[in-house]
Amino acid sequence: MTFDIKKIRSDFPILTTFVNGKPLVYLDNAATTQKPQPVIDAIIDYYTRYNSNIHRGTHHLSNLATEAHEAARKTVQMYINAQHEHEVVFTRGTTEAINLVAFSFGEAFVNPGDDVIVTEMDHHSNFVPWQMMCERRGANFHVVPFDENGDLKLDVYQNLLSDKTRIVAFNHVSNSLGTINPAREMIQMAHDAGAAVLVDAAQSVQHIEHDVRALDADFYAFSGHKIYGPTGIGVLYGKEKWLNAMPPYQGGGEMIDLVTIEKTTYNKLPFKFEAGTPNIVGPIGLAAAIDYLNGMDFNEIVTHEDDALNYGREQLTQIDGLKIYGNAKHRTSILAFNIDGVHHYDLGTLLDTHGIAVRTGHHCTQPIMQALGIEGTVRASLALYNTREDIDALVLSIHKVLKLLGR
Amino acid sequence: MAAIKDIQAQIIEDFSFLPEWDERYAYLIELGQKAPPLAEAYRTEENIVRGCQSLVWLHRECRQGEVYLQSDSDSLIVKGLAALLLQVFSGQPAEAVLKADLTFFEAIGLNKHLSSQRANGLMAMVQEIKAFAARCAGGSI
Repeated sequence: MTFDIKKIRSDFPILTTFVNGKPLVYLDNAATTQKPQPVIDAIIDYYTRYNSNIHRGTHHLSNLATEAHEAARKTVQMYINAQHEHEVVFTRGTTEAINLVAFSFGEAFVNPGDDVIVTEMDHHSNFVPWQMMCERRGANFHVVPFDENGDLKLDVYQNLLSDKTRIVAFNHVSNSLGTINPAREMIQMAHDAGAAVLVDAAQSVQHIEHDVRALDADFYAFSGHKIYGPTGIGVLYGKEKWLNAMPPYQGGGEMIDLVTIEKTTYNKLPFKFEAGTPNIVGPIGLAAAIDYLNGMDFNEIVTHEDDALNYGREQLTQIDGLKIYGNAKHRTSILAFNIDGVHHYDLGTLLDTHGIAVRTGHHCTQPIMQALGIEGTVRASLALYNTREDIDALVLSIHKVLKLLGR
Repeated sequence: MAAIKDIQAQIIEDFSFLPEWDERYAYLIELGQKAPPLAEAYRTEENIVRGCQSLVWLHRECRQGEVYLQSDSDSLIVKGLAALLLQVFSGQPAEAVLKADLTFFEAIGLNKHLSSQRANGLMAMVQEIKAFAARCAGGSI
């Protein structure tokens, strides 16, 4: 199938919604993406036809549900090109995936005096868990700063790396600046120092390269709902050698092998990290989303999204007093800005009256806002169904809002 | 001084003449712009009511059992919403403030600003006013 934007838009039923009497222009995709019909259908189909608990199937429905759930793992494995299916662990989302690694990797490998490195542009979910882990393990927490364009200072990063560095965590794409970080290079640098790397792919897996083996990532985390799948499901990829060497994150059903009063032995991968009845339908919906993407040429998605992004930057910068945040060398999907003398909350609230959905505030990246010396931004974020027309609607509405504000 | 419920009824009536959203917000913004700026002396750290997205300053005074309020915000919309709150509460007997049921936000369709994810500090502002009224009514200030 070639990239047919009309057809794609018609696949997402919510895009025909009206908000405040105006057609919805959905530009909050970094927060969550909308769902195509096949994803909605897969969820309905599960609950309509074969809802059942999994992995203990003595009955027909349980077998069906188990098969679909595990087929979804395979779909994810193929999408991120993991070597083994059991390297794909299902979590609630990116946040839980990162917390899992921060806890279990920390328990196994991080000791007092060791170093952990994150970046100044990481989301709180890839920042706070590492701070907590460092406190718990007595390790040192280091932060790689970014420059005025929104590029990480790799020379500082290089200097922070040493034989004391146990793990580096960074986002492949910044949710506030749209910076694409040089993941391959950064992972190589960490590996040269003997450190493991976690890539927060929440904002990248749906937009750019997502091949964990090409990246050589040790851990890779993303959320289903940001890649056109349902909420409440996420993925942690981990190299087998690490996952096997790490203790479980939570105890309970599913994750055990044998339980006696004296001792419990644990299940094999990936179940060791999936305590309790899992989100059964989540992976099924996520797999439907990935299948939907697989029906297209990914390069065409990238080209289409980049066109809308570049057009957006071009159009927005023509607005008087508008400043764009994030001018990194390589960018994707994010248009973050402020307008002189206009509070981001006011702008976002008034855009909503025009049916334009954007996000305002600090976007869970307070260290970025501190570095930029601002309280927050207005952020328009793109997905594969956004068009130049969406940008035009945004720009037109900004002009109307500025007029209302007497400017 | 009109009673709290009468002031709320007046606000609801005023907004009934503004059916369109942009008219309502234009009116709110005008209220915000017309509201006198808070004296510099009152823009203190302890007067800040912190929202997730915007800052509100709230100056509180208790005089003979009545509550007097002044406020400001970095957001014009929040400043306008705060101006409405002040119309309703400022100058009222503390007992009345304490007992008042805040109904007008919902009636004029702006209660999302109260409920939504404590984004703008307005809900926190209402709580602060109520807590202050309780102390004012109890004679502790």
